[in-house]
Amino acid sequence: MDNIDRQIINQLQDGFPVCPAPYQHAAQQLGISEAELLARLQALLADGTLSRFGPLYHAERVGGALTLAAVKVPLERYDEVTDIINAFPEVAHNYQRNHVLNMWFVLATETPAQLQQALADIEQQTGLPVYNMPKINEYFVGLRLEA
Amino acid sequence: MLDARDRQLLAHIQLGLPLCARPYQAIGDAIAMPETEVIERLTRLKHLGLIKRLGVIVKHRPLGYNANAMIVWDIPDALIHALGTQLSRYEFVTLCYQRPRLEAWPYNLYCMIHGKDRATVLAQLAQLDSACQLTDFKREILFSRQCFKQRGALYPRASKQRAYG
Repeated sequence: MDNIDRQIINQLQDGFPVCPAPYQHAAQQLGISEAELLARLQALLADGTLSRFGPLYHAERVGGALTLAAVKVPLERYDEVTDIINAFPEVAHNYQRNHVLNMWFVLATETPAQLQQALADIEQQTGLPVYNMPKINEYFVGLRLEA
Repeated sequence: MLDARDRQLLAHIQLGLPLCARPYQAIGDAIAMPETEVIERLTRLKHLGLIKRLGVIVKHRPLGYNANAMIVWDIPDALIHALGTQLSRYEFVTLCYQRPRLEAWPYNLYCMIHGKDRATVLAQLAQLDSACQLTDFKREILFSRQCFKQRGALYPRASKQRAYG
């Protein structure tokens, strides 16, 4: 990753133009050609620096349901439980954290009922209680990482 | 707020925008919608906040953000709104939520700090502690050790949306 890649990441985390030729517009602001911007985005996606180039939705407002959940997983069962939980398509991400409550994951579904079903299925398949911590309020921050 | 065409559009672009000179035209061609209508609808969905952001979605670790701390506090209900609002103004606080206290997990304020190393994150937390007077409240710091799966929340597939459209 060089300085131009960093500028692309810093400038295009938000505000990608919605106009007929958006890459050309963004490339002009970055001082590179449209072809170079497209090639660099392709490369950043291919090497895994970017997970996507596209939209981030407000899940609840588009009609979906979202929650943060956690499980206390005995260390000797960690890999097995990871496989069970990650096999659920509803699991958006899953982090191990340094605590007895050690597995933390986000569940996203189309409806609240499906969310409850997925939580129940995870408890049943793992035999472990799931802590369910849906959001009550979000204090707005712009998630933006400087590259 | 969303009609069937909006849903079709959201479902179509959820995995990414086409990388070509006229991406909105390409999207329109795929779902039989004029480019101008794609642009109008996306502009409106952004204004409404249904599309929170449009652009690069980064992974933390390739950018060197290896220290990711979730800090949870038990804050009295009367103070949580003011403190949540105050914490969210710090640039290094990347997410800030109120969540329900559970019997075995009595925390109600959650905030994430993404940093390049633990020492920096802990120094930032100390800054929050003193500026926001947080030291009286019970809290825990949970650093992530490993990320097993990271993708965005997927929007329902187009084929399954008619019931909601």
